[in-house]
Amino acid sequence: MDLTLLFQLTLNGLIVGALYGVVAMSFVLIYKASQVVNFAQGEFLLVGAWVCWWFLTEWQLPFWLGFLFTLAFMTVFGLVLQVVVLRPLIGEPVISVIMATIGLGIFFQALMKWIFGVFAKPFPPIFETERVSVLGLDVQTVYLASLGISLLIMLGFAWFFTSSKHGLAMRATAFDQQVAQSLGVSVPKVFAMSWAISAVVSAVAGVVVGVVNGVSSALSFYGIKVFPAVILGGLDSILGAVLGGVIIGLLENWAHYLDSQWLNWGNMFQIAPFYALVLILLLKPYGLFGTKNIERV
Amino acid sequence: MATVSLLPAGDYRTTYRADTTIFPTRNSRIALWLGIALVAASPLFFGRYELSLLINIGILGIAALGLNILVGFTGQISIGHAAFFGVGAFASAWLHDRFLIPVWACIPLAGLITAVVGIVFGAPAARLKGLYLAIATLAAQFILEDFFARSAWFTGGVAGRITEPLTLFGFAFDREESYLYVVLFYVVLMYLAAANLMRTRDGRALVAVRDHYLSAEIMGINLAYYRTLSFGIASLYAGIGGALYAHYLMFVSVEAFNILFSIQFLGMVIIGGLGSIMGSLMGAAFMVLLPEVVQTAAEALAGGAIDRALKLGASISYLREMAIGAAIIAFLIFEPDGLAHRWRLVKAYWKLYPYSH
Repeated sequence: MDLTLLFQLTLNGLIVGALYGVVAMSFVLIYKASQVVNFAQGEFLLVGAWVCWWFLTEWQLPFWLGFLFTLAFMTVFGLVLQVVVLRPLIGEPVISVIMATIGLGIFFQALMKWIFGVFAKPFPPIFETERVSVLGLDVQTVYLASLGISLLIMLGFAWFFTSSKHGLAMRATAFDQQVAQSLGVSVPKVFAMSWAISAVVSAVAGVVVGVVNGVSSALSFYGIKVFPAVILGGLDSILGAVLGGVIIGLLENWAHYLDSQWLNWGNMFQIAPFYALVLILLLKPYGLFGTKNIERV
Repeated sequence: MATVSLLPAGDYRTTYRADTTIFPTRNSRIALWLGIALVAASPLFFGRYELSLLINIGILGIAALGLNILVGFTGQISIGHAAFFGVGAFASAWLHDRFLIPVWACIPLAGLITAVVGIVFGAPAARLKGLYLAIATLAAQFILEDFFARSAWFTGGVAGRITEPLTLFGFAFDREESYLYVVLFYVVLMYLAAANLMRTRDGRALVAVRDHYLSAEIMGINLAYYRTLSFGIASLYAGIGGALYAHYLMFVSVEAFNILFSIQFLGMVIIGGLGSIMGSLMGAAFMVLLPEVVQTAAEALAGGAIDRALKLGASISYLREMAIGAAIIAFLIFEPDGLAHRWRLVKAYWKLYPYSH
């Protein structure tokens, strides 16, 4: 038993899990508002991280400015995707919509490889001190900042959905589109807004991961890791998405610990969330907080 | 998924047998025989490269048909089809090496093994539908890929597995010119089997599950049984396609059966036409020929200013992936019924020419 490693991995799990939670949240946001399962969520991270990297290295902008430009770009990006690709598919069967987002995913992944190459590229350093020690554990500053940013985004979401006009309109649309429409909510606007917000939030997560690990196409794997998290939490629950993300992050790192201590199965920890996913789907397909969809004839 | 078939005026059916026939007119039968004869004669006028494209279309077409039975006819989605294709490829090679079963027997056996694997992974399908199923099959894709990398006894591990060519009565089908006939045989067999399946009680039950599963259940169709059965059939087709692929390439690598390949299968089904049997073959042809078109276009631009500015030559594989993604999206938006529907429109136009109204 190596307790230090266990603590270190648990902390890693929390930090990575919080990031999963953020991505899962933006995934659930799209699903709740427009009933679209976005298989291109990971590519949002990827595009956001590369664009930010490009602003910082090619244009030599200071971080805060490049970051703001990235957010602006991602807003437009999300809006355009929704209007051009997803809007014509409203009312089509679920399979078509899923396929469209899968198509978007491989398109943008290939596009990013074409423009920026396949090799991971590091961000210019952002923090002065690389590492700090927390409770005797060695932690990268970036990790701490990412945890802070994740929490901030989560609080922002909570405020947005409980107090802001647009957030309430979005919840109303998610609850019943026709009723929302009759109360004066513009449903197409809500759809577009949900995609824009989702793209922006994912891009923030993408930049955070990029700063930690460097930017590469591996980033888009976050979009796939998001599925265990959202299924565990329940597809239409924001709180569930956050919890699911944290649990999956912890599970992954504990599987890593188990593996490194006893099993030695190699990259077992990368697949562990998917075994968990199949189990959850078999036992409790609506997750911890999801709405049970009861069908009556 | 419209099934418009134009019949000559005065062709009235008086029996159910005549109504459910696969080939409604004499011309469609003639067209089929002509098509088969043309492919059979193709070694006379095609080089090895064109033949390899034809073989690929056939092999992928078989697997795509399986996916179409699952997605287009039963309304279940699978994002793990390439993994099942891989199971078939490795199973066939493994059966031959381990038990010394002749290759011609390995191919159908590999199909059966894959069907069993498919039923195991399809078991959640009995309860899940729509996007939950999509996510479950996505998990199956990653779990099977991990299994391939791990189990050296079955797949040869990271080194991959070398397979033997198909031999029959001492004649080895190890060249494009001869292997084409093996693939042609299987394509005809599997496509006829699928066309016939759709005329049986089971086939109609699958369509009923797709169209309205609650009504289907009320009419006495066992949902769990038919959803699992559909997964089994889809995997059977994937397995046979995979086995044919293994004995064609004579080498199977672990990395080949990734998620992008699965997406390509879905793309074939969508582009060809959901719920259309011949559409699966058209979709496979489109997906095989699309990279060739991209390649040709890139070569035509090679050396020019555009080529140098965009690094076309070095990034041809990304361009192909982008073309696949763009084609899927374009078809979903502009022609959701796929090539099969477009083909029907073309036929209808000429049949009614010049009075198309």
